[in-house]
Amino acid sequence: MTKFTSFSSRVIWMQIDNVDTDQIIPARFLKTISKEGLGDQLFYDWRYDAQGQPRADFVLNHPLAKGVQILLTGDNFGCGSSREHAPWALTQFGFRAVISTSFADIFKQNALKNSLLPIVVSPDVHDLLSQMVAENPFLKLRVDLAAQRLMLPSGQGIKFPVDPFAKHCLLEGIDELDYVLQQEAAIAAYESEGGSPLDTLGAEQG
Amino acid sequence: MGTPRTIIEKIWDAHVVSQPEGAPALLYIDLQLVHEVTSPQAFDGLRARGLKVRRPDRTFGTVDHSTPTLTRLLPIADPIAAAQVAKLEANCTEFGIPFFDFQHQNQGVVHVIGPENGLTQPGMTVVCGDSHTATHGAFGALAFGIGTSEVEMVLASQCLLQRPSQSFRVQVDGALGAGVSAKDVILALIARIGIGGGTGCVFEFRGSAIRALSMDERMTVCNMSIEAGARAGLIAPDDVTYEYLAGRTYAPKGVAWDQALARWRQLPTDEGAIYNREISIDAAGLEPMITFGTNPGMGMPISGVVPDPAGVADAAERDALIKALKYMDLEPGKPLAGKPINVVFIGSCTNGRIADLRAAAGVLKGRKVNPGVRMLVVPGSQPVKRQAEAEGLDRIFRDAGAEWREAGCSMCIAMNGDQLQPGQYSVSTSNRNFEGRQGKGGRTFLASPLTAAASAVAGAVADVRTLA
Repeated sequence: MTKFTSFSSRVIWMQIDNVDTDQIIPARFLKTISKEGLGDQLFYDWRYDAQGQPRADFVLNHPLAKGVQILLTGDNFGCGSSREHAPWALTQFGFRAVISTSFADIFKQNALKNSLLPIVVSPDVHDLLSQMVAENPFLKLRVDLAAQRLMLPSGQGIKFPVDPFAKHCLLEGIDELDYVLQQEAAIAAYESEGGSPLDTLGAEQG
Repeated sequence: MGTPRTIIEKIWDAHVVSQPEGAPALLYIDLQLVHEVTSPQAFDGLRARGLKVRRPDRTFGTVDHSTPTLTRLLPIADPIAAAQVAKLEANCTEFGIPFFDFQHQNQGVVHVIGPENGLTQPGMTVVCGDSHTATHGAFGALAFGIGTSEVEMVLASQCLLQRPSQSFRVQVDGALGAGVSAKDVILALIARIGIGGGTGCVFEFRGSAIRALSMDERMTVCNMSIEAGARAGLIAPDDVTYEYLAGRTYAPKGVAWDQALARWRQLPTDEGAIYNREISIDAAGLEPMITFGTNPGMGMPISGVVPDPAGVADAAERDALIKALKYMDLEPGKPLAGKPINVVFIGSCTNGRIADLRAAAGVLKGRKVNPGVRMLVVPGSQPVKRQAEAEGLDRIFRDAGAEWREAGCSMCIAMNGDQLQPGQYSVSTSNRNFEGRQGKGGRTFLASPLTAAASAVAGAVADVRTLA
């Protein structure tokens, strides 16, 4: 995994609450057996009309969306399914951070494993950011994960929470599976001691 | 005696392999279920790292999402779906994982076959790359959906990195009225707390109304925990659970069964255990529920009227409602009952079990599906299909004019060709009414099998309690 570094970017504002994973990437695109090519399918049914032409009124089709790395969106982003295709599609489009007032649990975990930073802000801060982007679409924010701060052009920093372990993995480029595999001894010990005292699967063999 | 614990804490504590300070716990997973959609990239990851599946004996595969339900006699026509199904079969063979292929006599929806074969047992940790894994919580298991990176992690290590969730007690007491079912209980909860209302939590469903439910019905309740944002939902095991489990293929036998039973009986939440959050629902006050909008929280009693955005104070909520009603093409202030529909879908991991088919058939017996409606009945598994046929339910469905299909996820997720056409309305027993969920441009009203069957007869959204 590459290390997560701080970056500055313009912001795309998609003011919709409860954006579900079926919108982020519709289920019919999940028949793929690869992780690739999903960026073009991101928000497909909102992004393209019945003829497959880009809808002019959808934010990701705006010229300003080119190269943008921060998505500012409504509450409970990523609700619905567990499909990791959602963060794959978002990162392949170019996003590195999503700002919302809350995220669905599974989406949040999936995002962190793909170096897509879910940034939770208070409703007041969310309102402020929305207003700033509406007034100045060229506004750039700086995401500083090490300091856990969203830096405004004024130099003001807005603190955001991050799980300390996830932060460490992102900043150091630590692959979580590698970390788990290093605990082989503990896993083997747990298994050799009989595993969970509640586990009854396979009991008929024992 | 230690501190009183909830069943959630008991299962958690028993599965912690290690708990380094400041880091998430390393949690042991007793069972992982895999299906064709969320696993191929995980198996590729194993190969790229040169890893094996650590415990193929704690892993089980089936195909369900991309498989056609019209016939199993022909090869899968969609080449992309066929490749995905073949990939799972190849991966399971390569890594030594037991699985039900497309032709297997016990193939079915992953959350139907786990319980059906006795793989799901009380006190276990169960994961699957699928958000409806909460279904298995009906057995008093801690079961939750994970992403593909985590699927790979569990395949490789049989462990997950987890932080504990908050506990959320959902107390449902009283008797459900006629025409009101398990589906209505969970839809009512989601309507009350919203689709983000359970975020960060695991539900424990308790109370006399829950105890009175069969295992099939309990699975319906737990299944939709994720639709309120909860990581999982579970119900402490009792005699109903044990009766269901006894004799199933993977359930303990003989002395092992008696030992298991003794352990399972220790699982229910201790007297005095503390929950982080609580809510109470009066079962007797519930009506059949139906959704009107584009997320499962946008639901109401079937006698209600579509809410008016003008009456919503919160701006974001108002905008969401306006957007939803525009997509659904519904007028505020009007009832949904009587709204003409095009399709009825009975099936899915929410309502594709034998109890659901019996409920729907009970309504359809001696009646006809309205000529304007296409009705699909899709059993959750091949064993459910055989059982239904042994009881003559297939005949009731066919005689009424419904399509009797092969097992699979079908029109719940519309990946296999079973889908709505743009603009069509369905009454569906599935779990999600998101935009395009049942086919691009399709519009979904979520409801129980009873409501869905009554609506098929009426040709419009109908209240089963007043069906002519």
